[in-house]
Amino acid sequence: MATQLPPGIRLETVDDRIMTLNVGPQHPGSGHMRLIIKVDGDYIVSCDPDPGYVHRGEEKMAEYRNYIQNIPHLERPVIHDSSNILYPYCLAVEELLGIEVPERAKYIRVIAAELNRCIYILYWLAIYGIFLGHSTMFMWPAGDRELFIDLLEAMSGARVTHAYLVPGGVRNDLPANFEERCLRQVDYLEKRLKEYLAVFYKNPILISRTEGTGILSRTDAIRLGTTGSVLRASGVNFDIRKKEPYDVYENLDFETVVMKEGDSYARSYVPYLEMFESCRIIRDAIRKMPKSGSVRTKLKPNPKGGNDEVYKRVESGRGALGYYIVSNNRPEPYRVKISVGSFRNLICMPYLLKGELLGNMPAVYWSLNYWPVEADR
Amino acid sequence: MSSENEKDGQPSETAAESSEDVKSLSKDEAKKFYEEKGIDFSPDAPVNPRPIPQFEKSLSDKIASKFGSKVNIDYVRSNRVRVSTKKEDISDVAYFIRDELGYDHAESVSGVDYPDSKEIEVVYHLGSYTDERLATQVLTLATRVPREEMPNPGKDSSRMTSLREVFYSVEFHERECFEMFGVYFEGHPDNRRLLLPEDWADIPPFRKDFKIKGR
Repeated sequence: MATQLPPGIRLETVDDRIMTLNVGPQHPGSGHMRLIIKVDGDYIVSCDPDPGYVHRGEEKMAEYRNYIQNIPHLERPVIHDSSNILYPYCLAVEELLGIEVPERAKYIRVIAAELNRCIYILYWLAIYGIFLGHSTMFMWPAGDRELFIDLLEAMSGARVTHAYLVPGGVRNDLPANFEERCLRQVDYLEKRLKEYLAVFYKNPILISRTEGTGILSRTDAIRLGTTGSVLRASGVNFDIRKKEPYDVYENLDFETVVMKEGDSYARSYVPYLEMFESCRIIRDAIRKMPKSGSVRTKLKPNPKGGNDEVYKRVESGRGALGYYIVSNNRPEPYRVKISVGSFRNLICMPYLLKGELLGNMPAVYWSLNYWPVEADR
Repeated sequence: MSSENEKDGQPSETAAESSEDVKSLSKDEAKKFYEEKGIDFSPDAPVNPRPIPQFEKSLSDKIASKFGSKVNIDYVRSNRVRVSTKKEDISDVAYFIRDELGYDHAESVSGVDYPDSKEIEVVYHLGSYTDERLATQVLTLATRVPREEMPNPGKDSSRMTSLREVFYSVEFHERECFEMFGVYFEGHPDNRRLLLPEDWADIPPFRKDFKIKGR
């Protein structure tokens, strides 16, 4: 055995049994993050996540801009779920400044948020498919996602970074014939989702790789403070849209998707079922929405927040997403903290990967609904 | 409150002085005028005069009866109770909140830097999955630690007891708070950097004296 090792390489044990692998930081999935994994043969002994490669200091940047200037840059962490990351910011600023939102705007916001949730889940599903070597499941969701992107483009004018939700409502009213077009796309998605079930979720190779891997029990899911689909796949019935309804979610007809298994299969199946619920919400919201009316309450120029603080949260594609805003009589917030689902679910990763086969690492990792850019903020 | 006091971003004093239309009100008239609008501008008016709903009151009463003057309880707004305490007591308060009130996880841990009072506030947002009645509630547990002019993270007086023993889920949040504000958490098993690069050699970047270039 060589006694002289190159710099940076450390002998792990005397018989050199344990090996360290750096998974990443160049796109282990999508977005930069690194997993420092120690393996003994094919089994993972320990896993140390190393996020931070895409840390942009959104929270610091928010302290230098006023409440309106903050809108476009705060959606950058999750550009494919941009309505949902702006939603709690808008709710928080509205509560801070005492703004009432018009009824029609509330429904439009819900529609935008649910469309964006579908866009996010389809993107996530595409990556999950290619992670498991299923290229059909990469192509199909990535293609179907474009139809929803077109809808949001018609609403907001931008393909991915919509900046559509603003404190006080939405930026502009819906385009002509939007309702029919949206309902048509929703019908199409539901038809396609049934095909996904046949080609992906009933695929024996997928089942053998995900069923029973990375099991997170209900107790541990609560103790680790997980959120979103990870929590609901472990049997905890918790969805902020139901538990602490914001805007008009309490008037809408939908169910919380809960599974009890807690394995990677359940974690990948819950978001899939949530797309059906999103479709229900969109249909219901279009039916109940006031057909005309104002969509935006104008803010005073450069509004100030008072000596106050606020914590608002919504259910995003990756779980609870909360904004803690402290203000001090200035047009800029004094401190903005974004509590994101990805960062909260990160703590499961060392816990679940320990003792797992290295080959199952992608199946567990991406089932955690982890988006590195959002976790780093 | 202040937003009603101000007109187009200008403080009310200057607006009143410059405007010709404002009649000079006597003290009683002014008091009546503000009372009709529901605004209390007297200097000893409470900052948050909103009444506390029944359920939040029962929560805050439980904490207040146990800890008395050690804690300071504010009702910030609906479903949000804020408990401030000294950093020596935070562990006891946290154990009480977990075992007696039923909160079981942390949603976020934020630092807030107050250079003027030479303090950094560490704010825990706690929630509950197990107790159905607490599902809407987010309890804010806040404490303040001393702030050093020349920070030396991990070795100076900016330190407090880690709540990782109480709420396991604060582990990564406290690591983030440590690197971004320099608050050292005693008893935390893994006080390493999380998001910042390994060769970061500046002060903790979310402190107010760290300035963004060009701003």
